[in-house]
Amino acid sequence: MAEGIQLKNISGNNLEQCLKCSICTAYCPVSAVEPKYPGPKHSGPDQERYRLKDSKFFDEALKMCLNCKRCEVACPSGVRIADIIQASRITYSTHRPIPRDIMLANTDFVGTMANMVAPIVNATLGLKPVKAVLHGVMGIDKHRTFPAYSSQKFETWYKRMAAKKQDSYSKHVSYFHGCYVNYNFPQLGKDLVKIMNAVGYGVHLLEKEKCCGVALIANGLSGQARRQGKVNIRSIRKAAEQNRIVLTTSSTCTFTMRDEYEHLLDIKTDDVRENITLATRFLYRLIEKGDIKLAFRKDFKMRTAYHSACHMEKMGWIIYSTELLKMIPGLELIMLDSQCCGIAGTYGFKKENYQRSQEIGSRLFKQIKELNPDCVSTDCETCKWQIEMSTGYEVKNPISILADALDVEETIKLNQ
Amino acid sequence: MNSKQNDNYDVIIIGGGITGAGTARDCALRGLKVLLVEKFDFTNGATGRNHGLLHSGARYAVTDPESATECIKENMVLRRIAKHCIEETDGLFITLPEDDINYQKTFVEACTRAGISANIISPEEALRLDPSVNPNLLGAVRVPDASIDPFHLTTANVLDARQHGADVLTYHEVVAILTSNGRVEGVRLRNNHTGEEIEKHAALVINAAGIWGHDIAKMADIKINMFPAKGTLLVFGHRVNKMVINRCRKPANADILVPDDAVCVIGTTSDRVSYDTVDNLKITSEEVDTLIREGEKLAPSLATTRILRAYAGVRPLVAADNDPTGRSISRGIVCLDHEKRDGLAGMITITGGKMMTYRLMAEQATDLACKKLGIDKACETATTPLPGTAGKDPDNPHHTYSTAHKAAKGRQGNRVKEIDERTEDDRALICECEEVSVGEAKYAIEELHVHDLLNLRRRTRVGMGTCQGELCACRAAGVMCENGVKVDKAMTDLTKFINERWKGMRPVAWGSTLDEAQLTTIIYQGLCGLGI
Repeated sequence: MAEGIQLKNISGNNLEQCLKCSICTAYCPVSAVEPKYPGPKHSGPDQERYRLKDSKFFDEALKMCLNCKRCEVACPSGVRIADIIQASRITYSTHRPIPRDIMLANTDFVGTMANMVAPIVNATLGLKPVKAVLHGVMGIDKHRTFPAYSSQKFETWYKRMAAKKQDSYSKHVSYFHGCYVNYNFPQLGKDLVKIMNAVGYGVHLLEKEKCCGVALIANGLSGQARRQGKVNIRSIRKAAEQNRIVLTTSSTCTFTMRDEYEHLLDIKTDDVRENITLATRFLYRLIEKGDIKLAFRKDFKMRTAYHSACHMEKMGWIIYSTELLKMIPGLELIMLDSQCCGIAGTYGFKKENYQRSQEIGSRLFKQIKELNPDCVSTDCETCKWQIEMSTGYEVKNPISILADALDVEETIKLNQ
Repeated sequence: MNSKQNDNYDVIIIGGGITGAGTARDCALRGLKVLLVEKFDFTNGATGRNHGLLHSGARYAVTDPESATECIKENMVLRRIAKHCIEETDGLFITLPEDDINYQKTFVEACTRAGISANIISPEEALRLDPSVNPNLLGAVRVPDASIDPFHLTTANVLDARQHGADVLTYHEVVAILTSNGRVEGVRLRNNHTGEEIEKHAALVINAAGIWGHDIAKMADIKINMFPAKGTLLVFGHRVNKMVINRCRKPANADILVPDDAVCVIGTTSDRVSYDTVDNLKITSEEVDTLIREGEKLAPSLATTRILRAYAGVRPLVAADNDPTGRSISRGIVCLDHEKRDGLAGMITITGGKMMTYRLMAEQATDLACKKLGIDKACETATTPLPGTAGKDPDNPHHTYSTAHKAAKGRQGNRVKEIDERTEDDRALICECEEVSVGEAKYAIEELHVHDLLNLRRRTRVGMGTCQGELCACRAAGVMCENGVKVDKAMTDLTKFINERWKGMRPVAWGSTLDEAQLTTIIYQGLCGLGI
């Protein structure tokens, strides 16, 4: 002991910090409904030891992991359980992605194509025979509704309608809009620009933005994800050089760029990680510091139920979105129990996962229906699709609710 | 386990280590009527407390060419007959900056003379083969070392002995050697579970009791000067290295790192201990320090890898001189014919050697026994595969098997087909760290002489993983109860098992290992009310 050798022998191997308490398995949404899934503890730290011995111990059942990270939130020992599972899928899985996976994962490419012929795509994807083909041939579940494609990309709108005046503001941020805003729901991006402009910030696009890659990672296309991630981080680094924080309106894109890039794709992000933040967090912090003020419409009335998206839970940022919503005088906020909705991005679109996906979300759907709110709010777009499809309630991003409730004239005055 | 109530045998073999098991197999294969007796459980002594290293012989090439030659021959034999117990990892002998690089030449020449393939490879190649190797290495030699599981090797030998008519009694301790007119006629045994004593007779008694052979000899008024040398080893939480890593220098302390199953093991120290401590070996803090310090030189990441437990064994070497380190003594095989040596007919002692030369030891002892009994039958153990390796691979290459099935196959070999996997209950896991199913435990209980959890651990790997029994011990105790063990016995057994696990964790109880032990205490003492 004289040399302190034993004191220094503290495991640097994350998997060895697991004390086998199994709390993660108790919190796993998949384990709760799927007896065939070995559970996070067993799939992660336990089997990893055997995979280190021989890759034949890789179990394809690990594909059932949603990568929701609720196991990591639950772990009292700080084990990155879901990272161990995802990394092992990247390293050991011998199943190549099928065309369906490649299509679902390439949100960028598919989005661009779909935008060009949006009305046709939207109409066709809803047709029963098309759904049957997608189900039978592609393995995309027939019960799923694809999110509608917009006929104008957010980027196109921005360049035509918003870009010019952004330089006139004294303070500036960049915006990582993500695929959903760009191809499906430009309104969310417009809402953000409206709020930021009102509080005196110019909003700029990144020099080059690619899909964050979360769907590529989930579908076994980590090489492409790494290439896209590097492009994004290079752009984010450029924004940082101009002292521009990069705002986001999607919790999953944010989480992917902040954590998954480094943990799963080996992309160095430590110098810019803190520059990537969710817009609600950025706004809340400015308000808390007294740097900006918001004014709201007197006639705004809404009763909304907030759903805690898994990756929001993982980042610990739910509080920013909900506190911001609570500032709106006419808004009644109800917190839904924190649980996974079951979609997990492209996971729930796959035929083999559909039923499990709906079972996972069933308690959440029931709670929403019982509460009967005006709308549901959440920071994640795939949760939005799942909840809208499964409950019929409209789901809004907190930024959109904020933009609706905002008294723009008054806010501009307050921040001059 | 023993249906036959016969007490007349050709040969009684004392000791359920690998030497005794191997000798029982060899004798049975040559048609002798065999009784194998063991005072506790198989592999309770040095067999279960070593590296699990299938030496290529390279380690002894320079200092002990005779042992080196034995090793490489047996290495090749075991790869054939005990394939399911072996992982062909190969080994590296690395030269570090503080070692003399010129030794490499001497080493390779000595290996070549002994018939061991030894190829010099570049440091870059060594790092490519095994990225855990100390990157400061100056050179490396690749040799056919491998990893071998002594528990399953012993089990396979016992099974084959039984299949060839041998009787086997565990928990039967020899309390007296029966002699008459200068001739050994049998043994008196005490059942260590019930205390009951019985006598068994045989034309020959073979003492294969390892370090305890000293006591056996004493009972027959013979003196064998055993040299108890304690060796301590550490088990790490996961596999750091892919290959066996050794130092290319004269054998010294803590210079072998072996990947075994899902862990890796560093060892050993070597200290002369007094004979009265062999049943209760203490592991010191200094030994643990030495093992970590030296281990780190082989694979630097060991310094920050969790240590699961520490254990120590005693080498059953026969003292030849007063060498204080015990290292320059030959690891050679000692086969004593007590008729010639001491004028006591009917008794043979087989000792010395190494775990991995057990088959050769068994062959020598059996040759001598056959000569004495007038039996002329050649040894077949070098060519006949052991149960588990024998026969066809039962698995369908187009079927996807569970991880537990694959893990069980790594332990039981082709005998995996005897494990019931039909029901969900049988497929359920007892031990999540080591992938042991209820079905495998049941198979072990029925077929492999399992009386308690400790036995079950050695036949499967229940409780040998990261949690050291935290989650699996109580489940395993439940399965024992379902298979005929009384509840109060299972409870006592559970307490014993948990305490035995703690014994190994205690010398390395810090960090996550200590946290885990605390959690185990809370579960068993606090939650289950077990009096630990």
